[in-house]
Amino acid sequence: MSDRINEKIQNYRTAPFDARFPNTNQTRNCYQNYLDFHRCNKALSAKQQDPAPCEWYRRVYTSLCPMGWVCLWGEIHTFIYLYKNVNSDGIKLNIY
Amino acid sequence: MAHPSQLGFQDAASPVMEELLHFHDHTLMIVFLISTLVLYIIMAMVTTKLTNKFILDSQEIEIIWTLLPALILILIALPSLRILYLMDEVNDPHLTVKALGHQWYWSYEYTDYNNFGFDSYMVPTQDLTPGQFRLLDVDHRMVIPTESPVRVLITADDVLHSWAVPSLGIKMDAVPGRLNQTAFIVSRPGIYYGQCSEICGANHSFMPIVVEAIPLKHFENWSTLMLENSSP
Repeated sequence: MSDRINEKIQNYRTAPFDARFPNTNQTRNCYQNYLDFHRCNKALSAKQQDPAPCEWYRRVYTSLCPMGWVCLWGEIHTFIYLYKNVNSDGIKLNIY
Repeated sequence: MAHPSQLGFQDAASPVMEELLHFHDHTLMIVFLISTLVLYIIMAMVTTKLTNKFILDSQEIEIIWTLLPALILILIALPSLRILYLMDEVNDPHLTVKALGHQWYWSYEYTDYNNFGFDSYMVPTQDLTPGQFRLLDVDHRMVIPTESPVRVLITADDVLHSWAVPSLGIKMDAVPGRLNQTAFIVSRPGIYYGQCSEICGANHSFMPIVVEAIPLKHFENWSTLMLENSSP
């Protein structure tokens, strides 16, 4: 199973056709793979397993998502991580 | 590219555009035939002194002029639907390029292997070199390999734009916050021009799109060179 995934990752050319998103609007395709990558990483790290299979999701979302979106989501991610234990009154998100 | 006093479409550079061209020829011929027939009948009616005050009905001609238009419509609909489904085929692209519309330029990102992107501004008229086209040429073209299925994901950074290249038969809106997909194959090497097709402000007419199609080997050389030039 992991051999197949490794082979798929090695032979990666670009994001293949995804039947869950057959139409013109690929916004959700990009976002779903981004979420799946982070969830996969979180789940495998929690079980202390090798997160190498998550590389597939990373390649797909890198192919599909504009770099600016990925950057923005990364900053939001960092912000949420840093301030998750802080009362939200008065915290502003300065990302522009 | 378009040329002065052009009447028809630009030469097709992709299989889908070729199909669209042939379909247009077929449909336009039908339209010309019908228009000629109607015009002839009008002229004949208007230029005769003969009158007939006693016609009441005629089953035969009613049948003919009901069935014939239905047949003509079917003759138009079948090729049309064929092309529609052809354009919707599941494709397995070899390359993904992202085109982002800004006010007032496009930027292209090639992120399948490395994160690399560049902006594409129109060459101002006063900076044109001999041989360049006014309001069409850009400083950095979007380069793609020929005969490879390419997926283009189009979005915008600020307002609505539209990414259009007539020779490839493509037009897709660039909507902020949305990623629109279109795919094509360029059949022959060349440079194909298009212009922004959705009003987006003062310089809407001055943000053209230029697609340069080159053989795969040269494309690989180009992308290596671009990566080397862009890395710090």
